[in-house]
Amino acid sequence: MITYLVFVATLAGIYSLLSLGLVMSWGQGGMTNLGLVGFYGLGAYASALLVGAGTPVALGWVAAATVAAAVGGVVCLVTRTLRGDYLAIVTLGFAEVVRLLELNETWLTGGSNGVSGIPAPFKASLGVAYPFAYLGLTWLLVLAAALLLARLLRAPFGRALRAVRDDEQVAAVAGKSVLSLKVKAFAIGAGLSGLAGALYAHFTSYIAPDSFMVQMTIYIFLAATAGGVTRVSGAIAGAVGVMTLLEGSRFLAAAIPAFNAVQVASIREFCIAAALIVVMQIRPEGAFTSRNQMAGHRG
Amino acid sequence: MLAVIGQSLVNGLMQGALVALPALGLTLIFSVLGFVNFSVAAQMTVGAYAGWLVNSQLQWPFAATLPVAFLAAGLVGVLTDRIALAPVRAHSGGQAPLMVAVVSIALNLAIESALRFSFGNDLQSYDVPVTRDFRFAGLLLGPQELLNVAIALLAAVALAVFFTRTRLGKAMRAVADNADLARLKGIMPNRLANLATFIAMGLAGLGGALLVVTTNVDPSTGSRLVLIVFAASVVGGLTSVPGAVLGALLVGIAGELSLLVISPVYKSVTAFLAILLVLLIRPNGLFAGISAVRR
Repeated sequence: MITYLVFVATLAGIYSLLSLGLVMSWGQGGMTNLGLVGFYGLGAYASALLVGAGTPVALGWVAAATVAAAVGGVVCLVTRTLRGDYLAIVTLGFAEVVRLLELNETWLTGGSNGVSGIPAPFKASLGVAYPFAYLGLTWLLVLAAALLLARLLRAPFGRALRAVRDDEQVAAVAGKSVLSLKVKAFAIGAGLSGLAGALYAHFTSYIAPDSFMVQMTIYIFLAATAGGVTRVSGAIAGAVGVMTLLEGSRFLAAAIPAFNAVQVASIREFCIAAALIVVMQIRPEGAFTSRNQMAGHRG
Repeated sequence: MLAVIGQSLVNGLMQGALVALPALGLTLIFSVLGFVNFSVAAQMTVGAYAGWLVNSQLQWPFAATLPVAFLAAGLVGVLTDRIALAPVRAHSGGQAPLMVAVVSIALNLAIESALRFSFGNDLQSYDVPVTRDFRFAGLLLGPQELLNVAIALLAAVALAVFFTRTRLGKAMRAVADNADLARLKGIMPNRLANLATFIAMGLAGLGGALLVVTTNVDPSTGSRLVLIVFAASVVGGLTSVPGAVLGALLVGIAGELSLLVISPVYKSVTAFLAILLVLLIRPNGLFAGISAVRR
């Protein structure tokens, strides 16, 4: 039971990173990243393959975040002059392309068999304490990312970004470089997703295309919005909440013997989707607080 | 080689004609309601299942199943739009269209999950007579496929007539062009929104049914095709009716031609590349300027 709880808690940390990434690009930047799971998978495969080829684990994680951030920047650039709807479409398509590559470039990714035996850092020397150490490391990274984001968002960068989100033209008139702000915010968000993917890969030591399903994007949107999509602390609370909902419903569903496994899974997916719809509806001002903080105001 | 390319062109046009229907639906909703509705994918599956239920389970003739597919997807479309999307749409502000788009993708998952709960993951196929392909000018043509294309074209023409000849259609174009001005003229945007959703999702459902007649349907049918549908609509500029049709045909042909050089598993990648290419070169679609819903 302890093993299971540690497992779930680590996963909650990974979801928190993803959720933080979404707060950055969506909550603060107003850009919809429906391809979140693509960046997550990209990071996972990047790190798994690099470390498998002999790169140190820490370097693999940095590479995962960098690759995801770079690709995110490019995706954002492609849709630069267009309405946000196009970014949503392109990111969704991007995730699908990543999934197809994972599935079909067998020489690189192992196809549907995935990559197994991904090295776990210090597993041998830590022994029984390893799961706890990884849990600690994950949450340390979450904490570091959260503090960094909070600081960044309080800084002029954050204020300018919110100004861009609320009205690009006004921000441009005020002399802010709209494009650069958007690309940076989106890249940071994508980079966090990539890092989360790397953490996941080395945590489970096995990844396959099935580990990165589109539904995960919905989970993370729920996590980010439930916690108040603009807030850093809310993203973490939301991620923990979604993880509890996901795992809790597993037990609840198992208690109803009338349904088969597919039906139980469908009910869970339905509940998550319905929860996101409800959360988005009950925020009267929308998920974004349009109020922009004054300079120096700690919001 | 020429014959192979010719066959690819024919296959691409046939696939494109069917994809045009959901692409038209997407375009219609974007024009009249101003947001990208990702639940078009699930409504395609709804239509496909509705057609399968009456055709394969109730043994209705094929022709009778198509109105059922249209009606089922149209009704589910309006109902879910009222329940899930309309309340979010009511929020004002520049971010509203994006928020509705995100809710629509959640709605897509909800509908898909409901279908999976009801029908399971099994592949289901329609009960239509298997007919032999015939040769025409060196090209292989399937009678069922040809019939499907004819039906799709008929639906597209009916939509064009609706837009240009009927009062309601003209009113809908007025709303797409300028909702406030239309309201001043006594047009009720809200009622038109329901009608637009009904027609759009009905088209998606009809397209979904036609796309699976000769293959099979499962809960992810629509989601698998959604990238191609979006590519068709984006290539057409997202607001143009003829653009959506031409976009669908182009994307269909591009997909089939790509099979000559790349593996079939990457067919939907061509759709993604089409989206990127159009966005980089002509962001307003290849056919911008020719009769948009929103002129």
